[in-house]
Amino acid sequence: MDPFQIQKAPVQYDVAIVGSGAGGGMAAYMLAKAGAKVVLLEAGGYFDPADPKYITQLKWPWESPRRGAGTTRAFGDFDAAWGGWDIEGEPYTNAKGSDFQWFRSRMLGGRTNHWGRISLRFAPDDFRRKSMTGVGEDWPIGYDDIKPFYDRIDRMIGVFGSVENMPSEPDGIFLPAPKPRLHELMIRKGARSIGIPVIPSRLSILTKPVNNERGSCFYCSQCGRGCQAYADFSSSSVLVKPAMKTGNVTLINGAMVREVITDPATGLCTGVSYVDTQTLQEVTVKAKSVVLAASAGETARLLLNSKSSRFPTGLANSSNVVGKYINDSTGASRSAFVPALMDRKRYNEDGVGGMHVFTPWWLDNKKLDFPRGYHIEYWGGMGMPAYGFGWGIEAMNGMIPGRDGKMHPGGGYGASLKDDYRRFYGAYVGMAGRGEPVPLESNYCEIDPNVVDKYGIPVLRFNYKWSDYEVKQAKHMQETFEEIIHSMGGIALGDKPNAANNYGLAAPGQIIHEVGTARMGNDPKNSVLNKYQQAHDVKNLFVVDAAPFPSQGDKNVTWTILASSMRTSEYLIDQVKQKNI
Amino acid sequence: MKRRDSLKALSLTGFGLAVNPVEAAVPAPPDVKPLKIPGGRQKFEAERDARLNAEKFFTPHELQTVTVLSDIIIPADERSGSASQAGVPAFIEFMMKDQPKNQTPMRGGIKWLDNTCTKRYGKSFVLCTKAQQIDMVEQIAYPGKAKPDMTQGASFFSFMRNLTATGFYTSQMGIKDIGYVGNVPNQWDGVPEDVLKQYGLAYEERELTQGK
Repeated sequence: MDPFQIQKAPVQYDVAIVGSGAGGGMAAYMLAKAGAKVVLLEAGGYFDPADPKYITQLKWPWESPRRGAGTTRAFGDFDAAWGGWDIEGEPYTNAKGSDFQWFRSRMLGGRTNHWGRISLRFAPDDFRRKSMTGVGEDWPIGYDDIKPFYDRIDRMIGVFGSVENMPSEPDGIFLPAPKPRLHELMIRKGARSIGIPVIPSRLSILTKPVNNERGSCFYCSQCGRGCQAYADFSSSSVLVKPAMKTGNVTLINGAMVREVITDPATGLCTGVSYVDTQTLQEVTVKAKSVVLAASAGETARLLLNSKSSRFPTGLANSSNVVGKYINDSTGASRSAFVPALMDRKRYNEDGVGGMHVFTPWWLDNKKLDFPRGYHIEYWGGMGMPAYGFGWGIEAMNGMIPGRDGKMHPGGGYGASLKDDYRRFYGAYVGMAGRGEPVPLESNYCEIDPNVVDKYGIPVLRFNYKWSDYEVKQAKHMQETFEEIIHSMGGIALGDKPNAANNYGLAAPGQIIHEVGTARMGNDPKNSVLNKYQQAHDVKNLFVVDAAPFPSQGDKNVTWTILASSMRTSEYLIDQVKQKNI
Repeated sequence: MKRRDSLKALSLTGFGLAVNPVEAAVPAPPDVKPLKIPGGRQKFEAERDARLNAEKFFTPHELQTVTVLSDIIIPADERSGSASQAGVPAFIEFMMKDQPKNQTPMRGGIKWLDNTCTKRYGKSFVLCTKAQQIDMVEQIAYPGKAKPDMTQGASFFSFMRNLTATGFYTSQMGIKDIGYVGNVPNQWDGVPEDVLKQYGLAYEERELTQGK
């Protein structure tokens, strides 16, 4: 064969997928298994948590000269997120009065490499908030549409949990949940005594093996570093690798997609153009369908940057809704000291990566002054010391009597200080609320008219302000946190957040759960995608990240991204079979 | 610059280059050995770490002061060694370069300490007697009761205490001292029985039977 001819012959893939996180990984997996020729484009580098080149799991703090401090990685030296809220050469901007913080992981698997593995199903009511409360938006689908996909994902990927029969927290097909740690038992006892439920958490970590390709958890508590046994879910390990084994996937790393290319005559996608991040060359790949999974922010940016005479406001944006309704989870937290836990017996309580118990939303918003709920996540225990260990003891040891039973001034030095570090180790707990915001049209991202990134691609400008709904929800969180802390005999630390600081409400983007920038709906005038996440305006264009979600519940959205992506992928396959695409 | 002078300058630079190959204007890439990237690090991080390790922040006097202070904060005892024996001064040196916002509070704090010691004892901190050093530290080790002319020193001492504690307890010696026994593959089967008993807690029936 003449190799020259091969080079000249334009390759046309069946599908081009932009982004290799939860949504893109699932689409690649489903489409490749169905026999489609797929090109998977990832802006970041290759990553495999079992390759010594990338392993940080089981390393000790002294193996980092900064002891794991977050100088170059937001969550520390050992965290499996390449990127963060600030990436050199890849800026974004905020309009006046807006402070949205945008976290990006530039690597195979994207943000699924370091995520919290919290895998909650949306409940039936999470799909119809507008009907129930008058604010927000309903989904064009309901729980029954997505339940079969949740079930399949539970079996295929694995999630532990417990059957609770709570209508607001639908049960899945669960692996055994790990037993609570000591501080979690204390939290549970305290919280339950004041009527707040605490149930086993639901994390996609394998407490039992689900297949021959992945091992099971060995309880090092470090899922955030990536698992060399593949015992937790990350898109790279669990979806992209098996997808590539089919031989149907061409993975291109370092492909920063700039534009979706369309045929001006038909208005259909013909492929995408990307900048090779190493050579800075522009490359075009051709495909019969395009699936966007670049993250809510990047997908909106890509659509808005894909302008043409046929699509003057950006691709699939005849509604002018692209970029609008961006919403992140609310977040607020409080920590506490638990005197009963001082001088604890030492043993290994690393457990799984993250909490073993959590509090699902338990109240009725009709009786409250804010329309949406939140869940509570917990931390504490005898964790591995890291950068920041012992910090701020001068504000602590003045509040706790010494071994002699007497109070001493905070701070100190020498033998008694060294003793305090030992006494206090493992006696701290913390809790964080993660709540559902109300998506608003006034919260949006758009293309900044003046700024480009180092690849010459126009960047996003955010316009985002929390409304009174979220501030009141954060106020309620803070009241609840103190009640729980007191119920377990703890001492709340720091000043109680108040109105002056929005009750500790984190800036939007800090919780890294942003969704909703290309929302789906039945009406093409106020939505970008139909109920199969297919663009109203362009029938061979699909979105499978969290951009299509009209709302996010108080449920971390990864499990719903996976279920929706699986559903959309099967719809795409079906449409091709029926020759509609 | 006068026109004639600027012409002269041009003739020495721009004009001079015109007779050379164009490539001569492009500096040759520096002859550096390829950096070995440690496992788990990105290339830019490995390069940055190598660069920081090659730099020096502390003067010998400053490093000596940091060493003495860190050992006052965490001295050796029957269970473990002192801060300096655990390598804390080298960790603090690195953090000054890694996060340059630390530099002024640290350098200025050491200078404040020396100024104050000179006023009180006629010598810089490290040249003071052990008793004088402790007398000085007593003035700044308890921020809640520091006198008005000692508050800046108290802030500095808290900064030193924080860095020392983190440096010590993230070292091999410190982790052994604090009794952390994890970071190894294991099976988690709940809180040990004697600990449950100590705290008057118990697992639920379903937690004891699930998966069995």
